[in-house]
Amino acid sequence: MPRRARAGLAIPLLLLLAFVGVPLVGTEYWIGAILLPFLVLSLAGLGLNLLTGYAGQTSIGSGGFMAVGAFATFGFVVHGGVPLPLALLLAGLAAAGAGLVFGLPSDRIKGFYLMVSSLAAQFFFEWLFQKFPWFYNYGSSGTIALPRIAVFGLDVGSTLGRYYLTLTIVAGLTWFAANLMRSQTGRSFMAVRDMDTAAAVIGIPVYRAKLLAFAVSSFYLGIAGALWAFAYLGSASVQSFGISRSFQILFIIIIGGMGSIAGNFIGAAFISLLPLAIDHVAQALFAGHVDAGLLQNIEKAVFGVLIIWFLIKEPDGLARLFQTIGARLANWLRP
Amino acid sequence: MSLFLETLIGGLLAGTMYSLVAIGFVLIYKASGVFNFAQGSILLFSALLLVTLHEAGLPFVLSAALTMLVLIAGAVVIEHTVLRPLANRSPMTLFMATLGLSYVVEGTAQGLMGAQVHALDLGIEDVPIFFGDVLVSQFDLIAATTAGTLALVLALLFNRTRIGISLRAVADDTRAALSIGINLNRIWQIVWAVAGMVGLVAGVMWGARQGVQFSLSLVVLKALPVLIIGGFTSIGGAIVGGLIVGAAENLAETYIGPFIGGGITPWFPYVLAIAFLYVRPAGLFGERALERV
Repeated sequence: MPRRARAGLAIPLLLLLAFVGVPLVGTEYWIGAILLPFLVLSLAGLGLNLLTGYAGQTSIGSGGFMAVGAFATFGFVVHGGVPLPLALLLAGLAAAGAGLVFGLPSDRIKGFYLMVSSLAAQFFFEWLFQKFPWFYNYGSSGTIALPRIAVFGLDVGSTLGRYYLTLTIVAGLTWFAANLMRSQTGRSFMAVRDMDTAAAVIGIPVYRAKLLAFAVSSFYLGIAGALWAFAYLGSASVQSFGISRSFQILFIIIIGGMGSIAGNFIGAAFISLLPLAIDHVAQALFAGHVDAGLLQNIEKAVFGVLIIWFLIKEPDGLARLFQTIGARLANWLRP
Repeated sequence: MSLFLETLIGGLLAGTMYSLVAIGFVLIYKASGVFNFAQGSILLFSALLLVTLHEAGLPFVLSAALTMLVLIAGAVVIEHTVLRPLANRSPMTLFMATLGLSYVVEGTAQGLMGAQVHALDLGIEDVPIFFGDVLVSQFDLIAATTAGTLALVLALLFNRTRIGISLRAVADDTRAALSIGINLNRIWQIVWAVAGMVGLVAGVMWGARQGVQFSLSLVVLKALPVLIIGGFTSIGGAIVGGLIVGAAENLAETYIGPFIGGGITPWFPYVLAIAFLYVRPAGLFGERALERV
């Protein structure tokens, strides 16, 4: 079977599983505490991957743009009385605008130097949303939470409702991103990533491509931030979008695969499941005598080792590894 | 006027602490082209190890010596397991590997030695000294002297010793250095060990100021604008960059801060660095790279 035909079958199957199968068999815990964050992290990974994996602009400010999305959604709903779906869209656009502004230096600054711009975004937004109480509606704790999560009058505040909301958004945005990367825009992103001087020579508007990448990426991150705050956490503060969140998203795309759409989901699954696995192993080995702080540090060290191992052995991430295994399997099954 | 002078001097002296951190980066970047994100966690690790040994009853000098031995061993291990397999890969890949490395070092450090805050007493009393009517912190003066001495020692090491000269050869042209028989792997080990020592000094100074704790490893993020302004390849640049960042952030907090709510030091240096990059894309002392298609 040609590759496209196989891929064409796998995606409807996955969607069927996610929309119908999971709610049938999944428990409240699995859906609310594992699948939901997994989906949101995948979306955030996708956002960063569009910028870093496809357009080659490194950013360690993802958390900042996620915060913009979350706080803007809150602002539009609470201060503007905008209904949730529209507020999400507007918040995405606000994040895109923020991304555009912090992407402006990319015409003169490249590589490591550009990371400064993303770090500026990270710390600036952390400061902004903490310093001005207007952003969290003058609450005493600085947290934001929506009074009611409803879409077109339908209350989706239950775990399953939030799951469906998240799943629909993630599926739609993933479809859009996959198509965008196959379009001329996506091709020009990749040309800029591979060598921007060469891309400029063959007539690609490099600066415009970079700015577009910053905007689209931040749009995705903004939506992911809003979902993280309201669909997963319920109530969030600036601390939910700190620099460690940015690193987590970066690790998702390193482990999953840079410049791959499926890689974000694989990386996010890996990063959501690994702590559970380590926890289980530790419980089995030491029967609950391990202290939580130590476990967290072990987890951290294991993560680091895995990152290095991936970079050495499989620089294209788990997505490529799965592809290779799949191809070998197909070869082996062929009569 | 005396407020201005006080802010400026306080900022300059605090800036030397940034310079201390940034020097460690420059060393590694010069020799291997790696932007070593793990420098911050090495700083945390070495300070934590020293404090733990010291608290266990060893004298300060002995703990410092043992910490240095561990740092040297660590450099050899890192060179073998991380740098060698990743030789000739893109700078971005190497950067991400050091990001992973920072997680390993932080996890190990805090897993083995705990995450609580340790006080580190160097026996320096932080008494303010008055020069005329300008107030200066004694601790800051000593930190500045340390940074200056360290830079001097490193300059001597680079310019007068055999190791330093081969190190400069590697930085200048790796392939030419290899062809005349310089052992690249050995050079990497030495540089990482020296950067570890610099990290130890910086960790001790920072630790004495704010306690030895996790936030030490975040100092690395402040070093980035310092490096941008000073250039990635110049030790003198790291020092000047640190001074500029320290002074600018102190002045900005005093004179701009009150108008926009204050607390702007976390992000101001980055904005400053971006502004600098617009004028000089390779930093003050950095070398401008030519691009070919």
